[in-house]
Amino acid sequence: MKLVIFAGPPTCGKTTVIRQVIRRMLKKDYKPSFVKIDVLYADEDENINKEFGIPTKKIYSGELCPDHCNVVVLDEVVEWAEKNGSDYLFVETAGLCLRCSPYIENSLGVVVLEATSGMNLPRKIGPMLTLADIAVITKIDLISQAEREVFRYRVLEAAKDISIVESNALYGIGIDPIVKKIEKSNEIEIPMFLRGNPPVGTCTICVGKKEIGAKNHFGVLRTMDQELFYIGE
Amino acid sequence: MEIEKITIIGGYGKDGEKEKVDRFELKMGDIISIVGPTGCGKTTLINDIELFANNNTPSRRVILINDQPIPEDFSFDPKKHPIALISQHTNFLSDLPVGEFLKIHATVRGADDIELIIAETLDFANQLTGEAIIRETAMTELSGGQTRSLLIADAVIIGNSPIILLDEIENAGINRTKALELLKNYKKIFVFVTHDPRIALLSDFRIVIKAGSMQKLISTNQEERLAAGELKKIDDVVLHFRSLIRAGEVISEVILNESIKTLKV
Repeated sequence: MKLVIFAGPPTCGKTTVIRQVIRRMLKKDYKPSFVKIDVLYADEDENINKEFGIPTKKIYSGELCPDHCNVVVLDEVVEWAEKNGSDYLFVETAGLCLRCSPYIENSLGVVVLEATSGMNLPRKIGPMLTLADIAVITKIDLISQAEREVFRYRVLEAAKDISIVESNALYGIGIDPIVKKIEKSNEIEIPMFLRGNPPVGTCTICVGKKEIGAKNHFGVLRTMDQELFYIGE
Repeated sequence: MEIEKITIIGGYGKDGEKEKVDRFELKMGDIISIVGPTGCGKTTLINDIELFANNNTPSRRVILINDQPIPEDFSFDPKKHPIALISQHTNFLSDLPVGEFLKIHATVRGADDIELIIAETLDFANQLTGEAIIRETAMTELSGGQTRSLLIADAVIIGNSPIILLDEIENAGINRTKALELLKNYKKIFVFVTHDPRIALLSDFRIVIKAGSMQKLISTNQEERLAAGELKKIDDVVLHFRSLIRAGEVISEVILNESIKTLKV
């Protein structure tokens, strides 16, 4: 199975991009599953399930940052998707504190950025951008060519090898190159590892434990089905 | 990549029928207009051009550069992006002062003499606006007309884009005649989406769109050019009245009749 993780600030257009991608993947007879990780509220899973009839799931991170939650539950999520008979798993996460990134080795990391969020955004969001494989820039019709160029330039300044796709996802423009890259991505390997070096901090992930799955961490943990439990002293 | 021409190959209209205009070319120096009723798909056509559609947009049009399609994963160097689109929604979001912002853009574009190019850009923009743009003003404080003027000037001079797409610039209250006159000095492809008969008749040719489909290509002939000259006179009266009203003058029928008389002489 292949894993694609979509990250990006809230309301940047992640779900719109994903819906267009799923539409094209289904035309090619792939069998994707979709998971949304969010903090307090999400209905994308229900909408996508209704629209495409594919297996979907939502996971609330609650008191945790969504990227942290992703690390803790992703092994179970992969098992769930494999049980669905899926060949692709799309995970949408709203990384919020911008110090970590949710991307996993041997997966495709897609960061979605809205052009309207200002020319400085690429300089502000750190590993969510620098460790991604593709940067999708959305809402490109709303800003001046000049700012768009500066934005693009600054994305490349932050992540020089990243592929940039400019998209007007509402109209399905710029989606095909994303689908091609998804098809070319690697199969995931178990055990999974986080791609980046997390920042210095106090949580298990922040202190450098990159292994995926709750059994590798301590503190307040959870299962995919939101059961909280605690491991530690 | 040096752009010599772009080719637009027709796709399908909203009714699923093949477009009547199946192909046309734009060469450097061409000025064309896209006309048709609101909602007919004029903006869709310039979006297709802007994104180098390759049978991958709803219209299924194909855009060629120098007779070649653009590969899907082709990524332009931001310093050399060949197209500038100034849409009806396009805006500046940055609250940097105008001078600072132009400096950043000129730097990204790799300009040699940054001060000179900023001065040239502001001079161009200020020929199109009523009130001059001041370097220290924040971009977000510019008026609609000033914003549009600066967008055009920036795309033409700093961006130096070979292809410039302009969506209904007449709505912004800028000096259209001056704009066309200035733009003609630059050897570029200009595509206007417009409801303005003067802009349409000053173009080399125009594409007529209906229900998402390119219906006709009309080259501006000698007779139309003469008509455009007459139309300009009428338009000038309207513009004259606009400036009178802007300047706080009181208008009367007498003044109007006098203006029309001078027009005929």
